[in-house]
This record gives sequence, C-alpha cells and structure tokens, in this order.
Amino acid sequence: MALRKVRNNIDRIFDKSLTDLIRGIRNNKDNEAKYIAACIDEIKHELRQDSTVVKTNAIEKLSYLQMMGYDISWASFNIIEVMASTKYTEKRIGYLTASQCFHDETDVLMLTTNMMRKDLSSTNMYDAGVALGGLACFVTTDLARDLANDVVTLLSSSRPYIRKRAVLLLYKIFLKYPESLRPTFPRLKEKLEDPDPGVQSAAVNVICELARKNPKNYLSLAPVFFKLMTTSSNNWMLIKIIKLFGALVPLEPRLGKKLLEPLTNLINSTSAMSLLYECINTVIAVLISVSAGTPGDHTASIQLCVQKLGVLIEDSDQNLKYLGLLAMGKILQTHPKAVQAHKDIVLACLDDKDESIRIRALDLLYGMVSKKNIMEIVRKLMSHVDGAEGSNYRDELLSRIIQICSHNNYQYITNFEWYVSVLVELTKVEGTKHGAMIAEQVQDVTVRVQSIRHFAVSQMALLIENAHLLLAGSAQHRSNVSEVLLAAAWICGEYSEHVQNVQSVLESMLKAKVSMMPGHIQSTFVQNIAKLYAVQLSQSEQEDDWDAVESLDNLMLSKLPQFEQTDNLEGQERACTLLEMVREIEKLHAQREKIAADVTALFEGELNPVAAKAQRKVPLPPGLDLDTWINEPPVESSSSESEEEPERKNGPTVRSEFAGFGAPRPFGEEAEPKKKYEQPSPEEMKKMRAQRQADIESNPYYMKGDAKATAKRPTKLASRKDSDEKAVEATPLDLQSPLEIPGVVGLNKYMEQQESTLSWKKAKKEKRKKKGKKGRVSSSDDEDLPVVHQVNRADGEMPEGAKSTDDEEEGTKKKNGTGDPYKALDMDLDQPLREDERLPVAQHRVASLDLGQPAGLKSKADKKTKKSKTPKAPKEEKPKKSKKSAKEVVDEPPPPPPPAPTAEPQDDMDFWLNASSAPAPPAAAEEKVSKKKSRSPEKEKKPKKSEKHHGKESKRKQRHSSTRSGEEFAENAPHHLAVHDKNEYEVASGVCTPSKQTNGAVEGSATPKKEVSTPTNLPPMTSYHLLAENAFVRMTYETRVSTADANQVASAVIFANVGANEIRQIEFNVLDSLNTKMLRDPAAPQGALKVPFNLPQGVSNEHVFRFAVEAINVPQKLRGTLTFLVETENGSVPEKIDFHLKFPCVSFTVPATIGSDAFSELISSGELEASSSLQFATTDSLNDVVRNLCFHGHFTVVDQQGTSASLYSQTIRAEPVCVLVKVQDGRVSLNGKCADQQLISSVLDELRQLTAN
Amino acid sequence: MLQFMLLFSRQGKLRLQKWYTAYQDKMKKKITRELVTTILTRKPKMCAFLEYKELKVVYKRYASLYFCCAVEETDNELMCLEVIHRYVELLDKYFGSVCELDIIFNFEKAYFILDEFLLAGEIQETSKKQVLKAIAAQDLLQEEETPQGFFEDHGLG
Repeated sequence: MALRKVRNNIDRIFDKSLTDLIRGIRNNKDNEAKYIAACIDEIKHELRQDSTVVKTNAIEKLSYLQMMGYDISWASFNIIEVMASTKYTEKRIGYLTASQCFHDETDVLMLTTNMMRKDLSSTNMYDAGVALGGLACFVTTDLARDLANDVVTLLSSSRPYIRKRAVLLLYKIFLKYPESLRPTFPRLKEKLEDPDPGVQSAAVNVICELARKNPKNYLSLAPVFFKLMTTSSNNWMLIKIIKLFGALVPLEPRLGKKLLEPLTNLINSTSAMSLLYECINTVIAVLISVSAGTPGDHTASIQLCVQKLGVLIEDSDQNLKYLGLLAMGKILQTHPKAVQAHKDIVLACLDDKDESIRIRALDLLYGMVSKKNIMEIVRKLMSHVDGAEGSNYRDELLSRIIQICSHNNYQYITNFEWYVSVLVELTKVEGTKHGAMIAEQVQDVTVRVQSIRHFAVSQMALLIENAHLLLAGSAQHRSNVSEVLLAAAWICGEYSEHVQNVQSVLESMLKAKVSMMPGHIQSTFVQNIAKLYAVQLSQSEQEDDWDAVESLDNLMLSKLPQFEQTDNLEGQERACTLLEMVREIEKLHAQREKIAADVTALFEGELNPVAAKAQRKVPLPPGLDLDTWINEPPVESSSSESEEEPERKNGPTVRSEFAGFGAPRPFGEEAEPKKKYEQPSPEEMKKMRAQRQADIESNPYYMKGDAKATAKRPTKLASRKDSDEKAVEATPLDLQSPLEIPGVVGLNKYMEQQESTLSWKKAKKEKRKKKGKKGRVSSSDDEDLPVVHQVNRADGEMPEGAKSTDDEEEGTKKKNGTGDPYKALDMDLDQPLREDERLPVAQHRVASLDLGQPAGLKSKADKKTKKSKTPKAPKEEKPKKSKKSAKEVVDEPPPPPPPAPTAEPQDDMDFWLNASSAPAPPAAAEEKVSKKKSRSPEKEKKPKKSEKHHGKESKRKQRHSSTRSGEEFAENAPHHLAVHDKNEYEVASGVCTPSKQTNGAVEGSATPKKEVSTPTNLPPMTSYHLLAENAFVRMTYETRVSTADANQVASAVIFANVGANEIRQIEFNVLDSLNTKMLRDPAAPQGALKVPFNLPQGVSNEHVFRFAVEAINVPQKLRGTLTFLVETENGSVPEKIDFHLKFPCVSFTVPATIGSDAFSELISSGELEASSSLQFATTDSLNDVVRNLCFHGHFTVVDQQGTSASLYSQTIRAEPVCVLVKVQDGRVSLNGKCADQQLISSVLDELRQLTAN
Repeated sequence: MLQFMLLFSRQGKLRLQKWYTAYQDKMKKKITRELVTTILTRKPKMCAFLEYKELKVVYKRYASLYFCCAVEETDNELMCLEVIHRYVELLDKYFGSVCELDIIFNFEKAYFILDEFLLAGEIQETSKKQVLKAIAAQDLLQEEETPQGFFEDHGLG
C-alpha cells in the first residue's frame, strides 16, 4: 500500500510541468495537434487525482492550451476546485484560468457564489484581490446581484489596493446588474475624494465610463470633476476627466465656456501628447456645442486647436499625423475656414506612404476644395488612382473624387465638360463599385446642366458604340462598368436630339452583346432603343426614304427578340411590347403610312430633377385609406398573373435607372405600355400637353428649363465637335489599353484640347458675357472664375403639398450606438433612493417579506418592467393605487412629485456655471423649463397645475428657513453668484453639502434670471437667514445636513462686505454647548476659526463651518462672535460682531420619499410611539401651507386629498417623522408621529412658527 | 475602456490574450485571426491605429512581439499606446529586459502583471512601483507556501 503510494508519487514527479508542455509543443511543431491531444489525455488523467498540486499543474497547462485556441470548457468544474483551494498559489492559477475561459454561459459559475463571497471577505488582501480581478472577467448577472453588496462593502476596506479594485469592478457589476447603480452611486462618488490617488483615479475611470454612455445623469458632478481637473497632475486621470467633460459639454454649452480657459492652459502647457490630444478633442466638442448655442467669439481657441493640430500633422510620427488629421476633420464640420489655412499640409498627406493616413486626408479634402483648385486636386487624385494598390483604397479614392465634385450640388464645378470627361475617364479605372456612382453622376449632371447635354450625349454615344471594349474586362469589372452603360443608354435615348448619328448608336445598342449585361441594363436599353427608333423613324419618314424606314424596321425586328430572353422581367416585358409595336408599325409602313409623329409623341416631355425624398413626401389625399380594399379580393387568382403583378408594381420604384432622381418621371415609361395600345390621337395628345403645360406654369415647384441656353448651345458646339474629332483622330490610338475608346475625350485629352483650342476659349468668353447678365451669386473668392455652365442646383421637384422639412428620419435615428447594456444604466442618479432600492444582502433575502421584496428576488419579467421605470421614480411612488390595473394607475391623479429632484442639480449647475461667465441666455433657461415639464407627461392635472402655480418655488421647496424670506433673497442674489464662484469647490468637497447629496436634500435657489422668467406673485423663498449685521459686514447662513454623517451639521455662512473698506483677518468663533460643538482645527481646539479669505469692498463670500451634534431632538442655539480687521486710511481697525446661530429641529431633517402603502404601514405599525398635535388659525390654503412646510420643514408630500395632506420626512439619523396637516375653516391642525416625543413636539412647534409666518 | 489585449509574435502566434468584454469563443478567434493578419501585413512606417468594426485598434511592435489593444471609438488612442508601453515597461522591470521567451514560458506571470495594471479594462494602477510591489508581495506569498508543501503533498515529507 505504502509502496504503491510512493510509486504514484514518483510517477507524478515525472508528470509534465507547464514548462515541459511548452517545450514539448515547441519541439513538436510538425505534429502539434497530435502532441496536444496526448497532453490533454494526460491532463484529464491528472485531474482525476486527489492531490490539488497535481490538479493545479493540470489546470495551469490547460490555461496555456486555452490560449492556443483549444477548448477547455470541459474542465470548468476542475477549475472551480482549484479556485477553492486554500493555498494562494493554487487559487491564483485557478482564478487566472477561470478568468480566461469562463463566460456568461458557463453554468458552473452558479456554484461559485459562496466561494467568491468567502474570498472577497478573506483577511488575506490578495485573496480578495484575486477574487475581484476574476469577477471582473466573468461576472454574470446572478453573480453581480448576489455579490454586489460584498463588493460595495470592500469600498470601505482599509487597504487602498482592495478599494481600488472594488471600485473598478463596480463598473462591471453595474453593467450586469443595473439596479445596483443607484444604491451604490453615492458610495462610488465618495471615492472621488479618496485619500489614495489610485482609488481616486479608479473612481474617475468608472464614472467617466458611466457618464460617457449616459451623460445627462452626471451633469451635476461637473463641479467636482472641474475641481479635480484643476488640481490633479496625474495625466492618466486628467485624460479621463477631460474626456468626461467632452461627453457632458454637448448637453450644457455654459459648461463648455467655463472649460475653455483651463483647457487652453493645458494645451499650452502640457508636453504629453495624449493629454494634448484629449484637450483638443474636448475643446472641439466645446466649440461645436457653443457654436450651436450662444454666439461668441472663439476664434482664438479654434486657432489654437488648428495650429496645434497642424503641428501634429507635420510631425514625423505617423501616429500623430493620423490623429491630427482625424481631429482636424471634426473641426472642419463647424469651422471649415480655419482648417483651410492648413490646406497644403493636408494635401501633402495625400502622398503619404500610409494608406490610413491618406484616407484621413481624403476625409478632409472636401473642406479644402474651392472652385479654383478643384481641377488640380482632382488631377492629383486621379494620378493616385493609377498608382493605388489594393482595390479598397482605390474605391475609396474614386468615391471621394465623385463626392468632392458633386459636393453641395456641384458647388465647386465651373466647367462641366471637364467633369463629364473626368467621369468618362473614371470608367476606365478598375474599381469594384464606382460604376453606379458614375452612372448616377452622368445622369444627374446631364439633367441638371442643359448646356452640357450635347457634350455628354456625344461622349455617351461613343461609350455605347464601344460597349464591347468596356465589357471586355473581368466579370467583376464588367458588372461594375456596365452600370455606366445604363446611364449612357438612357442619356442617348432621352436626349436623342443631340445624338449626331442616331442610326449608328441605335445599331450599337441593338447589336450589343446582350448576354454580357445585367438584366436591368438590358431593360433600359430596350426602352431607349424605342426612343432612338422614334427619332430615326421620324427623320427617315420626313425624307420620304422608305428604304431606310424598311431597313430600320427590319433591324428592329431582327434584333429585338434577343432582348425578349432577358432574365429581367421588366426588360422582357418592354422588349415584347416594343416588338409588337414595331410589328404594327411595320404593317402600317407597308401601306406607306407615316406614323412617326405618333411614335415620337410617346417620348415627349422634359425631365426635371426630382428631390430624393419626393416620393416619400407625396401627401396622402384626405379620405384615402390605403389599407381598405378597393374591391373585395378575388377568391382565387391565376398563378401566372400573381407572379408578374408584384414585379410590375415594384418596377418603377426599384429601378436603379432613377436612383438619382428618386421618383418616377412626370411623363414616363411607367405609363407607356398601356398608352401604346391606346394610341392616343394627336388631338388628345395636344390637349394633354396643353394641360401639362398649364400645370407646369402653375406649379411653383416645377423647374422651368432655360430655353435660350439650349437654343444657342448646339451650333456652337457643333463646330467644336469637329475640332474634337480631328484632334482625336490625330492622336494615335493606344491599343494597349483595351479601354481606350476612340473619340471618347478622356480627361487628359480634354485638358490638352482646352489648351490648344482657341475656339474654346473664345466660346467661353462669349458665354461669360451672356451668363454675366444673369448675375448668379457666387462666393467672393471665386468671383473671377468663369462660370461655364448653368446648373440647376435646386433640390429637385417635390410633390405639391409636401412640407419641405428635413427633420424626419434624421431625428429618429440620431440615437448613437449606445448598446443595450448601457441603456439599462440610464437612470437619474439625483433622485432620492426609493424604499425598495437597496442592494440584495444575503441574510435579508430569507426574512425580507415585510420589507418589500428586494430587487434581487423579483421575477425576471418584474425586473424588466422595473428597469424601464427606474428613471421615472415618482410614478412608482403611489403604491396605494398600484394594485389596480395599469390603466387605472395612469388615470389616477398621482401624488405630487417628490421635490423636483431632477431640477435641483440643474439649478446648482446654474449657479456654478453662471458664476464666472455671463448668465445663460434666457432662451436656454426657458427651454430647460419646458423640458422639465415635458419630461413628466404622466404627471397629470394636479402636479402640472402646482408646477405652474409655484413655478420656481417648487424647485426650491426644500430650502432651509424659519424666518426669513423675500427681501432677504433679493438682496442676496448677487452675492450668491460671487459666492459660488470661488466657494463651490470647497463646498463640493465638504461632508454635508445638501446639493451634492442624492437623497434629496436640496439646495440652490433659482438664479435671478429665472426669477424673472416665471412671473409669480408668491414671495420667493430662501433658506438663508440673517445671522448678524452691522455697518461693515452682513452675515447670512444656511444649515446643511446629510444622512451620510448623522452627527454633523454644516452651516454655510455668507459674509458680505457692506462697508466701504476692505475686511481682513476674519475669525469666526462660537461658544460650544454641551450638545453642539464646532469642528475646529485639532491644533487649536478652543480657538476661533480663521475664514480663509479677505473681503474687498462690496464683495461677499461663503464659508462652511461644521458642527458636531449630540442630540437632534431639541433646537440648538449657539452664541458666537466674529472678529475682523477693517482697513481704513488710518490703518486697520479691529471690529467684532456677535450673533446667535440657531439650529431648529427641522434643520436636522432631510426630505425622504415613501410610498403611501409603506407610509400607512409605518403609521399603523406602532413603531412611532410619540405623537403630538397642534391647532392654530391661518389664512392660507392647504396648498400654501403644504408648500411652506415642504420647503422650510423638508417634508415631502405622501398623499394629499381634500383638506388634508400627509407629509413625511426623516432626520439625519434616519428616524421617520410623519405629519398629517388639515386645513379647515381657517384653522390648521397638525398631527405628528415620530419615535421621539421631544423631537415631535419641537418639530410641530417649529412648523407652527413656519406656517404662522 | 479597453476591450481586449492581444500579444502575438511576428509569425502570428498568439502569446497572450485578455478579453475585457464578453465575446463568444468563435468570435474571439475570428477577431484574433483578422487582426493578426491585418497588423502583420502593415508596414513598419505606418501609423499604429486601425479601425476595426466599431472599435479602434492600437498596436505597437516591440522586438518580435506585437502588442495590440482595442478601445472604443471615443477613447484616446495615444493613451492606449501609453498603456501598452507601460505594460511593456512593467514586463521589462519584472523579467529584466524581457524577451518573447520570457512571456512564453512565464505566461501566467505576464497575466498576473497585466491583472495588477489593468482591471475590467480600466487602468488600475498607474504607478509602476505599486504594481511591481503588489506582484512581488504575491510572489512572496507563493514562495512561502511552496517549499514546505511540496514534499508533503508528494507523500515524501
């Protein structure tokens, strides 16, 4: 027995270690798979052993194999065994392997919950650390829910190492279990002020990630981050913060203004490129947001950015070059002028060796192009096309060329003949997808520019005649280029009057190698063959050349049948129709009847560009219901019909022939087949034409053609044409290039001709004279350029009655690519936490029935609905009715919303943001108000009304105050601004700043501006009370509390210098009572606190003093003295002023929300033993009383019905305080319930004073 | 946030992979294959950034090893480069002028170091000293465990 054991162990010593495995794999390169299969067998054997050392070794080897791409999921359970080992060495390997191969679907993960919990709470810091790291890799929704609380506990670990890792892990937990975000967020926020820089930057990282996905919920953190940004020197963290601001800025342009200065400083001072780049990016975001909002001169910032980016682009480091171009592209969108200054360096990048840089430079090109340089730039690009390797880049180039040229309806193009030449030249390039683009462009240009038609037609005719050359290339190239043939055929057909040799073009089209072309092109060919046929016919008939007519008919009849075999249904149909028609015509011709006039009449009418959206914009005529049957559907339909029907219906809309125009032509091919059979008489046609003419005249959307231009054009060009042909003939044919088509004026040839042909220049000049009269407005720097062609640049025809809006679609699909996981995290973090919002804790889950189900226990479906509701917390807070059906719930008047928590941070922000710069434009403020209103559409009647009534007051409901009001506020308002300028940061870092608390303790009063914007006849409320006042100084104060520290209150005191001299050395001291002590510098436990600022004349500033309190059930009163030096001409004079600092009981309460079910449960539970009641007279209505109590007494309304309302609040020690208010016949009765008799009596007493005022 | 980090050799052999977002195994392999081929075909003078699907890929070559990271579109590429560089520095400090073989034979150490530097795709510790300290402490912990356990576990103690 013992012997066997020893032998086993000796065997094991010869087991492969990881190193052996790796070495083995390297030595068996030829039969790696076989070797590894053997190894896996060994590993399987090892895993069956009892020894954990052996298992660990096996798992370690598996983790290596996993990296090589082998599946090791079969060993999941063994991995968990190793993870559970008590030895750190083994645990570490186990977690490593688990983090590499576990994922959401690994089912054994369920087994790990308790083990993970144990590891997380392990006393060994690295056990917990490795568990945190592992969890970050394989956390699932279940694990996140079950362990969230444990991770949150680790946030207060004494070890920075653990805190840091826990903070980072939180982000993953939020993603998997979004419900945990709100309860955890306050804790996470605290970590922004963690003493350890690593923890701090981890918290910044996580919040930055969160905020980038849903920025609007994090706007209220801006001051905190602003402070961090201005104080931190850690570049890693700075980058994250600045990036976060980049996400916030679009929501709040004023924030952008505030940021510009510090960012500019950073840009100028930093040497770290990554930081510089981030700053520039955020400045760009600022500039974009600012330019959309308030006007202002930011040229300096733009210049700075552009200049710095210029430096980056010119850098020899390719990375910087790339990023510089990338960022430049963003500026280009809003400030194209600024970028143009760097045209040269951008153009230089087009020659860069790196393709990605070239593509970035291409992005910028459209901003660099002007009428003057477009030819040069395009030539440069064309030369790149030739040299480009890789079809990807070539395609990119091709599409860019076309994009640049067609930008803004050919804004930059002055010479369209040149452009058509470019397009023709491009057909020769081997590309994969530009054919359709070229086709579209040629068609569009030809339709829009009347004067180009002759030239375009001649070029297209040549293309058609040489179609076999175009189609000679590879299959891919063929299918690409043949799209151009579609355009060519269409142009030749449509503008057949410009075709020089109709017969030859017609023959080429008929003789085309049908099999080489896609069906839809054949279809177009047939249609345009018909058009050309009509033209040729009328010509021959006019000349009474019956031979020609006959041979034409014969040609058609002999060649058309091949089109009948096309695979394109529409093409087939057209071919059949046309063939039948020609047969009929031929019969008539046999009797020597002239019918050319009738045939040409089929194709008469001018085409105009139609807006791309026109089809969609056709308004639905009133009374038309597209969904009802016109006739009852037939019971059965023949199969053949049903096959063809949809095709025919879809035809007009799908055909790419009209891709550029987007809508059927007014007089077009759709109607043709029918018409051909009807054969309208000439009279009818005339009438219809007259009718159409009238329509055109009266239709304001119809673009009228410029008849004069067309009339002159052909003669002039005809002479030129000759010279063209001569020139072309003169140049020897380059037979090497199969695509060289004789007669087609390529770009180079075109340019050559331009230079050599005098007549051209003359013509240009002449034209210029004529066009000059029309006085087309062109941009200033392009003034001197000749405008060769008149372009119809309008957007195109729109149906009558269509609204010309651009908004549709864009608005709806704006939503950027925030994936689903992030959407779930979109929740308002400033809303106070609800009862049920807490992290599931293990032990609670057993006996939590009376607490309301913790989120974790709810069914999946339930969770989903809750998720969607989270952002609208108020809706959930009317549980009395919640048991009724959902529909009813909507109808019920919901209770007033909790103290407008969404609005509050905004107000705070207003202060902060307005502090340094000019106040926001009233428009913005008003917009915000309207936004707030629209945000709660389900809040019906009552809340809306009250909001209207109270306007801004409702927002400030929660402000502390017992005695002061009206005038006080008005007087203090300007000081406020000054105060917040400097002090907000200190406040932000404080322990108990209500404004920074999520649990609804709310600060912030409206800006004076807002006060004006909403008229109100109620006196404004303020929670700042006068503390003391003399000839030199005036002190007002506000008490702030938070539930985070139940033993502290803070008093924010505003010192205003009301005298004529500067005040220095301000010292603040109070006489501590047994109950309340001021928190002083530990070095001077009894001394006065120095106020860290001086007050020049007319300035006010705020400082926060903290106090430790013992009991909160009695009002406190502290006597104090302020001493200071007044600087007069005769030197400093010491002065002092006494005051009484009061802390009423209500100042220790914070607003809290509670559902009305929970509220009634609380009342009836008997938990609140103490009660008290009061009655007194009043003149106010219930609403006024409630509003007053809510604002000054920090209550929230649970329910309000008829003459009574129930109010709820909590002390900072989380003791509930319930008050029932009744107002009847001029008497108020207050009934209070709470756990502490003393407290409730004091509170009611204070409430009476509040109400009596 | 970092989406993943890959280390591979000039021959295209994967040396280390760390995924910070969940992908299916199939997807992982596909991404790896595509990126490795793309990056290996890029010339040395080219910039270090690629656009790959919704992501931005940042890579840098150190000797025979390519370090390749993917970040989100709005992330800072230069910072990602610095992350890579910092990781290389850490490896260098830990192994003492690191080479590919170090990473092959001590791949778990390479993972451990990465794990101390980055967590959940975010930078956990920017101080080199702190990272190395944590690693050293954990190595020490292992060393304390191993010797006495070794013989016992093999039944020879």
